[in-house]
Amino acid sequence: MSVNRIYLASMGHLDADILEDLEEALTMHFGFETRRHPPIAEPEHAYDPQRRQFSAVAFLQQAVEHCPPEAVKMLTITERDLFIPMLSFVYGQAQLGGKVAVVSLAQLRQEFYGFPSDGDLLRERALKEMSHEMGHTFGLIHCPERLCIMSLSTNIRHIDLKGSEFCGGCRAVLRENTAVTRAGGSEVLAWEERL
Amino acid sequence: MKSAWEILVVDDEEIMRESLAAWLREDGYEVETACSGREALDKARAKEYAIYFVDLKMPGGMDGIETMMEIRRLHAEASIIIITAFATVDTAITAMKEGAQEYIVKPCNPAEISMLVNRIIKVKNLQRENAILRKKLSRQYSFHDIISKNPKMLEIFDLIKEIASLRSTVLIHGGSGTGKELIARAIHNSGNRADKPFIGVSCAALAETLLESELFGHEKGSFTGADQRKKGKFELADGGTIFLDEIGDISPKLQLDLLRVLQERSFYRVGGSEEVQVDVRVIAASHVDLRQAVQEGKFRDDLYYRLNVITIYIPPLSERREDIPLLARHFIERLSHELAKEVVDLSENALKLLLEYDWPGNVRELENAIERAIVTCRSKILTEEDFNFLQRSIEDKKGWTVPTHLSLDELERQVITATLQRTQGNIKEAAAVLDIDRSTLYERIKRYGIQRERLVEK
Repeated sequence: MSVNRIYLASMGHLDADILEDLEEALTMHFGFETRRHPPIAEPEHAYDPQRRQFSAVAFLQQAVEHCPPEAVKMLTITERDLFIPMLSFVYGQAQLGGKVAVVSLAQLRQEFYGFPSDGDLLRERALKEMSHEMGHTFGLIHCPERLCIMSLSTNIRHIDLKGSEFCGGCRAVLRENTAVTRAGGSEVLAWEERL
Repeated sequence: MKSAWEILVVDDEEIMRESLAAWLREDGYEVETACSGREALDKARAKEYAIYFVDLKMPGGMDGIETMMEIRRLHAEASIIIITAFATVDTAITAMKEGAQEYIVKPCNPAEISMLVNRIIKVKNLQRENAILRKKLSRQYSFHDIISKNPKMLEIFDLIKEIASLRSTVLIHGGSGTGKELIARAIHNSGNRADKPFIGVSCAALAETLLESELFGHEKGSFTGADQRKKGKFELADGGTIFLDEIGDISPKLQLDLLRVLQERSFYRVGGSEEVQVDVRVIAASHVDLRQAVQEGKFRDDLYYRLNVITIYIPPLSERREDIPLLARHFIERLSHELAKEVVDLSENALKLLLEYDWPGNVRELENAIERAIVTCRSKILTEEDFNFLQRSIEDKKGWTVPTHLSLDELERQVITATLQRTQGNIKEAAAVLDIDRSTLYERIKRYGIQRERLVEK
């Protein structure tokens, strides 16, 4: 039986204390009760020594394994710099229309670009990226509206420029899909189920 | 709209292809994957994808370049992006030479791949939009199944509208295959006789006696085999239009009979004594110059003047080359349905070739060429290779210039070489073309050291 709950967890050690803000934002954006999950260990063999980055796929797989059966969605946060084989980095990764998503704080930090640490900016970026990846789990695809939270960000400048809200179109689809999720349906793509 | 486009990711590494596929799906594309070149080909045979991401290094006998070449054989205009971890100039050059649209080195920046995909899709969207607009345009330039934007043809369309409801005789001049019957039908269908019969008769196809009976009918017993009364085409066309094609070929006797019909609007059936009255509009056509035929005494001048009340001259296709793209695409659309082959367009190079060709057989020859290309083609887009049979004619023509700087021997060598090339090394055929006997040809081949094997390969 579905209890309509989103779980939020750190994966590995988190330097930033932002889970509380994310928890609040999750409830606000998606309208589900949000519950903190105990920290999850980083997956073994996720580190690629040549790239000096961590496999986003391995992190997603780890999230799937730890996702409580009653969860409608699960968001995990990591400090690690993530990649997929084709791309030099990803800010986050999600199962499209699935259950889990992961957001990396590594390239959201000002320090990554050689600037002094900025907690507020990190929080703002993390909230946007969290909403974006969770949007994917609710079946939303990238939006051509540049200010929409679902627009594709391929650099940090764009994350800063885009808004923190869903555009009208995405909001409508989200409303419909969250209703379906509440009713108990959550479609997971075949490959993502194997993760 | 992104979701209308499908992408195929081909890579032997599951994590590689599936993570790229998942990333592209987040962008709204329908994405399928294949773990080998062979699987990719099977999928490409079943449908066409907007973009193919193909990994360069794949085990199992078929690497990325081979896969790309095979996909291109199926879909000549496919957008193929070669992926490799080995960024060498050589592989990039090979990939691009063999027709890769882009070449990316993994891992690449998300912005790079996103821009690349967006750029290709933008072009695909424009191509699709272009095809829709072209179809609309084609309809705009279509008049009763005749397609043209040539000013002279547009004048003809206007003239047809003006004369459609008149009873006056029309004489259509035009080379073979220019569409004389289509013009005649357009006149008939645009006028007040449209709901009455349109009867076409090819005067060149029948012997004089048969044609006479065909046109005017016959009474029972009028000749051997005439076991019952038969109505002729003029009677069948009563109230409508009769189209007399190749009228320049009819005999002097029939010319006289026809003149009488035009003057009196009546005739007698073969072997009959009863006068038959008809209301028929006559449209005649000829590929020969009737005025000249009159001057040469081969055609009655009084009949010529009776026929030549309204004259329409249809220019040959070579004088309205701007119609070639419109007509080619019109024939592709129609014939691909008729032949049940999914061909949607032709490549730029193929179109260039069609524009260069002279089309002595006019629109009919173009239609036949498109049909032949559709029958033999292996992809959705007709390429210049599909029109190889025309290319040879173009090359033959291009090759003909009067040389002024050659010795007679050199000239003879070149003529023999070119003839052998054309006959694919066939001695008998080449000797016939050159009008010399085979032993002479063998002697000249030997004398000039011409290597036939090489010619055949070419």
